[in-house]
Amino acid sequence: MTDRRTTIKWMLAAAAAMPLLNQRAASAEVSAWLPTANGYGGDPKLTKIYHPGEVWPLTLSAAQRRTAAALCNTILPGDARSPSAESVGIVDFIDEWVSAPYTRQLDDRRIVLEGLAWMDAEALLRFEKYFAELDESQQHAICDDICYEPKAAAKFARAAKFFTRYRDLTVGGYYSTPAGHQDLGYIGNVPLLKFDGPPVELLRKLGLGKEPA
Amino acid sequence: MTPTAKHKQYDVIVVGSGAAGGQTAYTLSMEGAKVLMLEAGRNYIPEQETPMFQTPDQAPLRGAATPEKGFGFYDATVDGGWTVPGEPYSQSSDDPRRRFAWWRSRMLGGRTNHWGRISLRNGPYDFKPHSRDGLGFDWPMSYDDVAPYYDKVERLIGVYGTSEGLENTPNSPDGCLLPPPAPLVSDYLVQQRATRLGIPIIPGHRAVLTQQLDFKRSPALLHPGNLKAQKIIAAHMQQRAACFWATDCGRGCSIRANYQSTTVHLPPALATGNLHIVTDAMVSEVLMGRDGLAKGVKYIDRISGGERVAAARVVVLAASACETVRILLNSKSAQFPQGLANSSGRVGRYLMDTVGSSLRGQVPLLESLPPQNEDGASGHAFYAPWWGYQDQQKGRLDFARGYHIEFGGGRRMPDFGTLRGIESLTGGSYGNKLKDDARRYYGSFVGFAGRGEMIPNEKSYCEVDPNLKDKWGIPALRFHWQWSDHETRQAAHMQKTFAGIIEAMGGRVMGEVKSDGAEAISPGGFIIHEVGGAMMGADRKTSVTNQWCQTWDVKNLFLNDGAVFVSNADKNPTLTIMALAWRASDHIARLMRRKEL
Repeated sequence: MTDRRTTIKWMLAAAAAMPLLNQRAASAEVSAWLPTANGYGGDPKLTKIYHPGEVWPLTLSAAQRRTAAALCNTILPGDARSPSAESVGIVDFIDEWVSAPYTRQLDDRRIVLEGLAWMDAEALLRFEKYFAELDESQQHAICDDICYEPKAAAKFARAAKFFTRYRDLTVGGYYSTPAGHQDLGYIGNVPLLKFDGPPVELLRKLGLGKEPA
Repeated sequence: MTPTAKHKQYDVIVVGSGAAGGQTAYTLSMEGAKVLMLEAGRNYIPEQETPMFQTPDQAPLRGAATPEKGFGFYDATVDGGWTVPGEPYSQSSDDPRRRFAWWRSRMLGGRTNHWGRISLRNGPYDFKPHSRDGLGFDWPMSYDDVAPYYDKVERLIGVYGTSEGLENTPNSPDGCLLPPPAPLVSDYLVQQRATRLGIPIIPGHRAVLTQQLDFKRSPALLHPGNLKAQKIIAAHMQQRAACFWATDCGRGCSIRANYQSTTVHLPPALATGNLHIVTDAMVSEVLMGRDGLAKGVKYIDRISGGERVAAARVVVLAASACETVRILLNSKSAQFPQGLANSSGRVGRYLMDTVGSSLRGQVPLLESLPPQNEDGASGHAFYAPWWGYQDQQKGRLDFARGYHIEFGGGRRMPDFGTLRGIESLTGGSYGNKLKDDARRYYGSFVGFAGRGEMIPNEKSYCEVDPNLKDKWGIPALRFHWQWSDHETRQAAHMQKTFAGIIEAMGGRVMGEVKSDGAEAISPGGFIIHEVGGAMMGADRKTSVTNQWCQTWDVKNLFLNDGAVFVSNADKNPTLTIMALAWRASDHIARLMRRKEL
């Protein structure tokens, strides 16, 4: 049985995602926000620094980016050790990702656009505000229901699938930045005159010897 | 290096510029032969083009893999991958398990620019597999015949590792190998726990300079009596820097600390003045004379699309196994209606790849370790050589040939995929809890990959597709593929072994342990170790070349790449490709001196 609230939400979500569905059928008339660009090809310059939007245009609307920002900050908020996801450019990254002309990204585009629409629809139904306008406890109330697929109620299964993918994109985007590297304690990518391996004290603590067993 | 075309008679044309072409051009130009190298791809300058310290956030999509960059944005491959636009190939079957995926690149140096640099010698058993277990074929020579060339290649390109005296895992003479790099914490842990299971863990062998090459002693050993060659290679050895323990080798190396043809083979070869390189030259066929000898090759200039011809006394194909086969099959004439050098009917036959299967584990003992730089030598400090020869001999295993294990963990540079699937550990955390979880789990993963021997079979081969051409009008290849039970059972054994090691480390398997070998095995071509298709042999009725890579049918036509492989041992093929190419090139030089070519 599908209740009325669920039906309304999926209608809203489907409406938001509709242009994408059309795009595959009729590529001749694609609205400006859909990915039509080419990829970077088989021989891009590798030593150049790229920014989202440079190789193919970004396509999320201002409303979608607002929801995207609120959600990625809920997933990775700022704390004493590192900044929030939004402040290191994760919204731009996600926009770049879902605007890319490759199959995997086009599949993600459908999941993400539909999911962002669902987040707002759910927020409106529960709290009569968009997701980005909710306070933290309200945002968590929604996210708690969809943050782990194996434990999500059946009616949240699709939203939970979206959340998993969106968290992967947020986490992958965040921890591949210098801020993310610093947060994790990654201290490589610098030239060294010699490489000695782990300190003896650490190996001893772990019960590992430097001598071959 | 600037590609140049000179209109004159060459001694040797070398088609291809990777491991085989690079080695061939190096050896022959050092010996004084005038060599013309034709490379299908563009010129490539590692010193200028390699992204050495770029971070993922500076690349589109955080550097994640796309169909246009199959190993990620920063992988060195140019215009390559399992698909190359305008250069199709076809499959004889729609069954995904019976397809072969063909990785190519279109750049000077070919796939040597991005490869894993794992450089293992084939052992004595690997040259006589049929004699040991009755399967496959024997090579026409033994390990002892090839060993001096393994010595030379190791000294020339620089390979780290140790000699451990294990079964069918050859030692190198003193002075050939560079010292291995320091292992990581995860390497020590794998070593301790796998050893308890009876799996030997020893230093890996990779073509990475852990110190500068021995430019004082090696030149005289590499080129005895050839002072000019000694002087050139001594200078080039000094121009190569030792590894500075940062940046992934797959990007290539602008300081020339690892082996790629473009930084190791081609610069000294060019310095002789005897080598000319033409890039964007897509060879379509070998041209034959009425006397039954090869006269040269026909190629397409990819820039203009025009057809060109080059002539020489000797033609060497080193275009990669399948491309070499394709050129032979497309070189048809009244004398060779089935394709060139194919009187045995074996051109295209017995194509092999490597058996691959992988599994990842998460290890609590490695959680929340203090920050330390674990970039190291970019992986493969340790590996497990195959340990089951005796069990197989006694019939205790249900597959005939071995595999080695490559593994890696550590606090490597976090990229888009580093924390993938973390929700299975965290129960779906988000917010501050997720940030704490990321700090805890980063660096606690260890991945295992098996690399095993495939036995050549009748059902794995390639031929020319009668209906498909590439954008240059050159007929394309069609692939046939089938693993035998020996391979799929081996892949299932890999899964079980990896799960056992992960468990012995106190870890948990990420994902699923596949007990069905057909599910566990990577598709044909995915490991990019394709060899065979024009095997060498002692009998011209059943092989395409003799042990010198010289075709039985055309005495001045040589196949110096992986096409001549008779078997595909678990050892990664590149070092053997180079050793055989050097050996064949010495033979060519010898025959030219004797005026027999």
